[in-house]
Amino acid sequence: MPLEVNGKSYETDEEGYLANLNDWSPEVAEALAKADDAELTENHWEVINFLREYYEEYQIAPAVRVLTKAIGKKLGKDKGNSKYLYELFPYGPAKQACKYAGLPKPTGCV
Amino acid sequence: MTEKTFVYLNRKAPYGSVYALESLEVVLIGAAFEQNVKLIFIDDGVYQLTKGQKTDGIGMKNFSPTFSALGDYDVNQIYVDEQSLKDRGLTMDDLQALTYEDEDDDWAEKNSMHLVNREQIAELIGDADVLLNF
Amino acid sequence: MSTLHTVNKSPFERNSLDTCLTVAATDSTVLMYEDGVAGALQNTSASSAISDAMGQGVKFAVLGEDLDARGLSSDRVMDGISVVDYAGFVQLAADHDNVQSWL
Repeated sequence: MPLEVNGKSYETDEEGYLANLNDWSPEVAEALAKADDAELTENHWEVINFLREYYEEYQIAPAVRVLTKAIGKKLGKDKGNSKYLYELFPYGPAKQACKYAGLPKPTGCV
Repeated sequence: MTEKTFVYLNRKAPYGSVYALESLEVVLIGAAFEQNVKLIFIDDGVYQLTKGQKTDGIGMKNFSPTFSALGDYDVNQIYVDEQSLKDRGLTMDDLQALTYEDEDDDWAEKNSMHLVNREQIAELIGDADVLLNF
Repeated sequence: MSTLHTVNKSPFERNSLDTCLTVAATDSTVLMYEDGVAGALQNTSASSAISDAMGQGVKFAVLGEDLDARGLSSDRVMDGISVVDYAGFVQLAADHDNVQSWL
């Protein structure tokens, strides 16, 4: 089902992931979250922005274990744990955060 | 779960066939199981690790930056066959200098790349619990 | 009769280039592309066979886009092998009477 944002339509796959990486914008992220009845706070954005930077550099979405470790290194131990990340993204940090970041589903994701 | 040694033997050049990309994906997926993982690059497999790959001209995704993420996945034992480089007019300087951060040593950056001869490769294969060929 | 021979397999993995060189005659051109570009680099185990063929009047070309994709710089290509782009590939095909693809 296509996603409508400000009168523009974006193609998504059957699970709601953006079909084209380049379609992403912060507004699109908000709309993707809204479709899941989620609201994006500063804490969510930290993770989303981190994922986009990671993808830019390595061309992959990191596995959740890698994400957790890297977030801990970058944003501090209190955020680099799965409890914190699952609270932010209850559908699974890698899976849900990647969706809002406009990335493909992580390789071997949980 | 007892840790096993997984050895991936990579023998194909990137882009001309799908083996190289498939191998990398299996390595990344397999990394979730936290086993002892070793990658060997031999024959045309050594081309996978060259620096400066630019694929815009052939319209395929450049997956060479993903090798730099292997350290994050605790895949940090990468072995390159010396003779294969030599036969192809290449040296280690032509390859990406892959590293990892050692969690047990205050995140010190360490080298993942090792140049090996055939005897050492025989040993790596002999010591493997699971061998995967691409 | 001039023939353009195209080789898209690595000379270190398949014998496509070897066989091609035994057949390629004077006035023909050998174009290396895809994994075949590996053969165009200097100082490889394929270099001497290519030099020998050059000595017999065979011309050589390599596709630049495939070199770039593999991180192989065009200044490492053997002397006497010209680097062409896709348009150059098409031009070579048009300039020869036949195209033989060593797949």
